[in-house]
Amino acid sequence: MAAADKVDPIHQFQIHPIIPLHIGGYDVSFTNSALFMVVTVLVASAFLYMSTASRALIPGRLQSVSEMAYEFVGNMLRDAAGKQGMQFFPLVFSLFMFVLVANLIGLFPYFFTVTSHIIVTFTLAALVIGTVLVYGFAKHGLGFLKLFVPHGVPGYLLPLVVAIEIISFVSRPVSLSVRLFANMLAGHITLKVFSGFVVSLSAFGAVGIAGSVLPLAMAVALTALELLVAFLQAYVFAVLTCMYLNDALHPSH
Amino acid sequence: MFVTSAYAQETAPAAAEGDTHAGTAVPAAEHETFPPFNAATFPSQILWLVITFGLFYLFLKRVVMPRLGGIIDVRNDRITQDLDHAARLKGEADAAVAAYEQELAEAKVNANKIGQQANDAAKAEAEGTRKKLEAELEKKLGEAEASIASIKAKAMKEVGTIAEDTTSAIVEALVGGKSDKSEIAAAVKSASR
Repeated sequence: MAAADKVDPIHQFQIHPIIPLHIGGYDVSFTNSALFMVVTVLVASAFLYMSTASRALIPGRLQSVSEMAYEFVGNMLRDAAGKQGMQFFPLVFSLFMFVLVANLIGLFPYFFTVTSHIIVTFTLAALVIGTVLVYGFAKHGLGFLKLFVPHGVPGYLLPLVVAIEIISFVSRPVSLSVRLFANMLAGHITLKVFSGFVVSLSAFGAVGIAGSVLPLAMAVALTALELLVAFLQAYVFAVLTCMYLNDALHPSH
Repeated sequence: MFVTSAYAQETAPAAAEGDTHAGTAVPAAEHETFPPFNAATFPSQILWLVITFGLFYLFLKRVVMPRLGGIIDVRNDRITQDLDHAARLKGEADAAVAAYEQELAEAKVNANKIGQQANDAAKAEAEGTRKKLEAELEKKLGEAEASIASIKAKAMKEVGTIAEDTTSAIVEALVGGKSDKSEIAAAVKSASR
C-alpha cells in the first residue's frame, strides 16, 4: 500500500482539510489548497512589495523583474484592448501574477498546485467572463449583443453565424479554464510518473539503478518544460483575458 | 449534501494523520473520485480563492500598481528631463562653436588685412628708395656727362692751340722766321672744318 502510494500520480492532487469549517451546510474547510492559495498570494505580494520598496530610479534585479511583469502585462493589455482597456489593468495583472506564481510554486516537490484544480481555474475564468458580460452590458446595453452579429455577413448565413458566435462565446470560460487546468494536471502527472519510475526501477538492484538514469533524465527535462509551461499558461490566460475584455469594450468587430 | 458529508467522513482520517499531502495511508474512498472533479471540495476552494484572490487584487490595485506605475513614470519624466537638458547643452555647445568659428574668420580677415598693409608699406618704401637711388644715379650720371663734355670741349679747344703751335713750329722750321700767329689760327680753323 505504501509503495503503491508513492508512485500514485493522482495522490498529489488530493485535498485535505487543515482547519475544518462548515458554514450553512457547506464544507468550507481551510484545506491544503486554500493554504497554497494563501502562500501564492503572500509570495506574489511580498515579492512585488519588497522588490519595489526602494523605488530606485535605476532598478536592481528584483525591481527589474517586477517592472518587467508590470510593463509586460500593461503592453499586452494595451495592444489587445487599446487605451480604454487600461481600466482592467489591475484585474489582468492580478490574474497573471496569481496564475504565474501558483504554477511556479506548484513545481516544488510536495507542494500543492492550486491551478491543477478545474474549479479554481474555472472560477478565475468565470470572473473574466463575468467582467466581460457586466461591463459589456453596462457600457453598451443591448448593443453588446452586436458581438454575436459580425458585419458583412449575407442574410441567409446570419442565423448560422450568430449561432456559431454564441457557441464560441459560451465555450470561452470552458476553454480558458480547461486549458490551464489540463496543462498543469498533465504536466504534474507526467512528472510524477517518470519520478515514480526512478523509484520503482531502483528497487531492482544495480541494473535497476542504472536503468533509472533514463527516467531521471526525463524528469529533469520535464521539469524544465513545466517551468516553461507554467509561464506560458499564465501568459496565455492573461492574453485571452485581454482579448475577451477587448470584446467588452468594442463589441462590434 | 450527500457528497459533502461523505467528503467530511473520508477526510477525517487524513486530517488525523497530520494533514500532510505526502502522507502514506490514504483512505480508499478518495480513490473513487478523481480529486479535481470531487465536487465536495468545490465550495471550500471557491470561497478561499475568492478571499485570497480578492485580497491579492485589492493589494495590487491599491499598493503595488500605483507604486510601480509611479516608479516608471518618475523614470520616464527623468529621462525626458535629461534628454531636454542634453539638447539644451548641445545647443549651447553648437552656439559656442559657431561664435568661435565666426571669431576665427574675423581674425583671419584681420590678419590678412594687416599682412596686406605691411606688404604694401614695405613695397612702397622699397619703391621710394629705388626711385631716390635712381634719381641720384641719374643726377650723378648727368654730372659725369657734363664734366666729360666740358673736358671734351676744353680738350677740343686745346687741340686747336696745339695745332696752331705745331703749325707755327713746322712753319718756322720749314720757312724760317717768325710766322703770323693770327694767320696760322685762321688756317687751322679752316682746315679743321
